[in-house]
Amino acid sequence: MSDANLRLRTLVGHRLFWPVAVLVAMLAANTIYRPGFLAIEVNNGHLYGTPIDILRLSAPLILVALGMTLVISTGGIDLSVGSICAISGAIACLYISEAPDQNNLGMVFTALAMALGVALVLGAWNGVLVSIIGIQPIIATLILMVAGRGLAQLITEGQIITINSGPYRAIGLGHFLTLPLAIFIALGAALLIAAFTRRTALGMIVESVGGNREASRLAGIRSGRVVFLVYVVSAACAAIAGFMITANVSSADGNAAGLWVELDAILAVVIGGTSLAGGRFYLSGTILGALIIQTLTTSVYAMNISPQTALLFKAVVVIAVCLIQAPAFRAKFGRRRRGTPPPPAPSPQRQKEEVPA
Amino acid sequence: MRNMRTSLAPRRAVAVIAAVLLAGTVAACGNSDTGGGGEATDDGKIVLGFSQVGAESGWRTANTNSIKEAATEAGIELRFDDAQQKQENQIKAIRNYIQQKVDVIAFSPVVESGWDTVLKEAKDADIPVILTDRAVDSADTSLYKTFLGSDFVKEGRLSGEWLVENSKAATGDVNIVELQGTTGSAPANDRKKGFAEAIAADPKLKVIASQSGDFTRAGGKQVMEQFLKAHPKIDVLFAHNDDMGLGALEAITAAGKEPGKDITIITIDAVKDGMQALADGKFNFIAECSPLLGPQLMDLAKKVHAGEEVPARIETEETTFTQEQAKEALPNRKY
Repeated sequence: MSDANLRLRTLVGHRLFWPVAVLVAMLAANTIYRPGFLAIEVNNGHLYGTPIDILRLSAPLILVALGMTLVISTGGIDLSVGSICAISGAIACLYISEAPDQNNLGMVFTALAMALGVALVLGAWNGVLVSIIGIQPIIATLILMVAGRGLAQLITEGQIITINSGPYRAIGLGHFLTLPLAIFIALGAALLIAAFTRRTALGMIVESVGGNREASRLAGIRSGRVVFLVYVVSAACAAIAGFMITANVSSADGNAAGLWVELDAILAVVIGGTSLAGGRFYLSGTILGALIIQTLTTSVYAMNISPQTALLFKAVVVIAVCLIQAPAFRAKFGRRRRGTPPPPAPSPQRQKEEVPA
Repeated sequence: MRNMRTSLAPRRAVAVIAAVLLAGTVAACGNSDTGGGGEATDDGKIVLGFSQVGAESGWRTANTNSIKEAATEAGIELRFDDAQQKQENQIKAIRNYIQQKVDVIAFSPVVESGWDTVLKEAKDADIPVILTDRAVDSADTSLYKTFLGSDFVKEGRLSGEWLVENSKAATGDVNIVELQGTTGSAPANDRKKGFAEAIAADPKLKVIASQSGDFTRAGGKQVMEQFLKAHPKIDVLFAHNDDMGLGALEAITAAGKEPGKDITIITIDAVKDGMQALADGKFNFIAECSPLLGPQLMDLAKKVHAGEEVPARIETEETTFTQEQAKEALPNRKY
């Protein structure tokens, strides 16, 4: 086997190869359709262009999906993130809308802290239901998914709360070093989570709990605490995403804010290569997955695909991504990769052997 | 939970608590359970079951408030359900109302199609149905008594006619982008149709892009961002509601263009935030779609309950606003 051939196989065999390939293919298709798609220009001292839009708009999804990755890694799932987005955004906007000076920085921070606090309580609620009471995650978090929307509506009294607050708006639309602030917030959260899970043993512990909760407990890991913790982290991520979503349009809409984001987040996690059965997780894959989903949405608008066919278009792309990632499918089409797996990670798809009852 | 007899407000609270305690499945039971004991009409009050689309826009909230207030004033017991933009929820709610044997059912259909079965059930149960705000496409018009609401085609047409009138002076093509409402909904279909009919009068006027913004600000904004990048020359934005227009406003400002001047903005609804934007010169024209149909609805409910004949189609009273008219009208607006 020649050296170049070996390298190619290593590259193709990398677990991020196919998500990256899909993303590049989508960007290429857009560029062919509209040559200016990737163009970035400077407008009012900020970078302005479709790639920047994709990054900014995917920031909330990246945040939610990061939290979701940890939850899924423990073999759970968190359906309540969309509702938590709506609740946190509603609380923050309500508090700001009633303040005498909406541009007061301290007041905005109070609003954020309050909303984040409530989100942490909601996350703890999920965590208690799953880890202590032992309800199945999909049911436990379904409670908040359903009730949470109602709660958000109660907070906003069914109205769309419009605010006019510079500092709050900055979370969604502000700029830092010519790039949207939202990108840095998402990046910061990603680095923080990566540092905690990959620079300490925490990540391995989370994966081991997802692999086999009981065995981990017998090995001396407090599985219950780990499970509790991931739901709290997920809620915190969702809350910050909720701030971004509401800040983006300077209004809190209890009904529409974060609607279906939980499904997009789960999809992003799966595209990223983390198995829904739990076990190993891939933060970088999740981020790529979120970028793919947002690029897909943006492509629909950029290519002016009619709204009636847009859903079908999205479905086809998602099916394609999932298929080319599936080892069984790839094996059928002769892309076997033997002998040169990427350093530590075996195929993510079949990581999980046991599901805790 | 079973056989619980409660008045309206505590029952909703019970439903919320039930949902918190026992997940979505049980919450659904909670609704039908309470329904079993709630069919009391012995106090002579008319019971009106109303299934609202959701709370997707400021317009909808004003509509909800109008109905709630009018019910209280008219002495009608209102059972209100928020379908959160899902047809299945509305069908569920209507079935609940049938089980509860309410006197009149009214609802604003989320989408136009797929209502025949449930409406037939209501008819079999001898409960008159009033459609509000949005129509259904059932071939059998005997399934409902009347349709009270705006003429969406007319709203689209009025918007288009204003544009035709105001672009007479323009030379060369006038490029229009359109923000559609929720795909498949009656207002989206009809406003698009009415607008297209009106602008057909002038071949200069061309719709170069049309996408759904789902009637939300976030949707309007995200779509407009891409329109602005894909099309260097956009002269007119036609948004199917104020909220999408308001979202698009932010995208236009961010792109360094001046809304209302560089891009003429036409919207429909005339909610408070939209009227404010119009008065501020950021919008150019709004065709009103009045949400205040509560009093008319209560009137109709009483009539159909008494067995009186009502016209099959009743239009709400509406007008249009230019920037100057908005400045005058704004202080007196109720929503």
